[in-house]
Parts: sequence; C-alpha cells; structure tokens
Amino acid sequence: MTVHDRIATLVNSNDIVLFMKGTPFFPQCGFSSTAIAILERLNVPFESVDVLADPEIRQGIKEYSDWPTIPQLYVKGEFVGGSDIMMEMFQAGELEQMIAEAGIARSAA
Amino acid sequence: MPMAAEDIESAILAALPGARVEITDLAGDGDHYAAVVTAPQFAGLPRVKQHQLVYNALGGRMGGALHALKLTTKIA
Repeated sequence: MTVHDRIATLVNSNDIVLFMKGTPFFPQCGFSSTAIAILERLNVPFESVDVLADPEIRQGIKEYSDWPTIPQLYVKGEFVGGSDIMMEMFQAGELEQMIAEAGIARSAA
Repeated sequence: MPMAAEDIESAILAALPGARVEITDLAGDGDHYAAVVTAPQFAGLPRVKQHQLVYNALGGRMGGALHALKLTTKIA
C-alpha cells in the first residue's frame, strides 16, 4: 500500500483524524498540544496519528494535504487545517458547527 | 537555521502584492514568529486556501528553515 493510500484509508475510515507530533497524552509540540486541547473542549471522539513514530506518514501527509506543517485536522475525509485555523474556527464556533453538521456525536460524558 | 523577520515579510509581499504583513518574534530567537497577513487576494477564499497562499509564498521553508509561524489571515 502506498503512503497516499494509507493516509486516504486513515482519513476516510475515521470521522475525525488529527495528525500530530506525539500522542494526546504527551504532545511533543505546542501546536499539537493546542490542537488536542481544542478537540478535548469539543468533547468529540477522534483518532490521532503520531507522525514522529511514522516518518513515511510525516512526509506523506504534507504532500497529501498540500500543507507544510503538523498538526493537521481531517473531518469526514476533508482537510480542515492546522492549529491556527482550528483555533480561529473554534473561537468563532465554526468547528463545533462543522462537527454537528457532519453528524458526529459527542463523546459520552 | 532560523529565518529573519524581514525575509519572511519580503517573501510574502513578493507573492501577495499590496498585502499588509505584521510579524512578531514570539520568543526573541528568530525562530518562532506570529504573522498577521491582510491581503486583497484572500477575498472569497476559505481559510485553508488563504494560509496556503502564504505558505506557498515562503516556498518550502515553512516547516523547514521556519519552524514556527502562527498565522492569522485577514481579507483587506
């Protein structure tokens, strides 16, 4: 399977995917940490991919999204943006709206 | 290898003529910046496309020579 196919499978088989440095418990970069904090505030289930543990994905995701940096958020297979865009959308209530419109249920409290 | 604030600004201005660029050196180390870019070219584009215009202006240095650029885009 090519890296392109691996990424396509990841983003299409999970409603929300965050490509990040580190893990949700131990983010290895401030930008990834910000992205996790936003997803936790939204209280939605998500899949995370640690690009530091997978050099092929780390390079491949930049080409797949035409986006030079990590983290990267995908919702329903669509690239949403990096942490700056996530923060702008979160503060404007747009991220919550996008997730609601995509029909993604909140995590159980 | 850090990148000077003036180089970031001139690269963005070269790709987006008429833009206004405000750069803040967040950590004082020439490696962690925040930029606010206001440009007429952003009109009608979603945020992802606006940010991609700025990243493309930096021509591959984003994520390499330039580690951290907290980017905000506004339509002029």
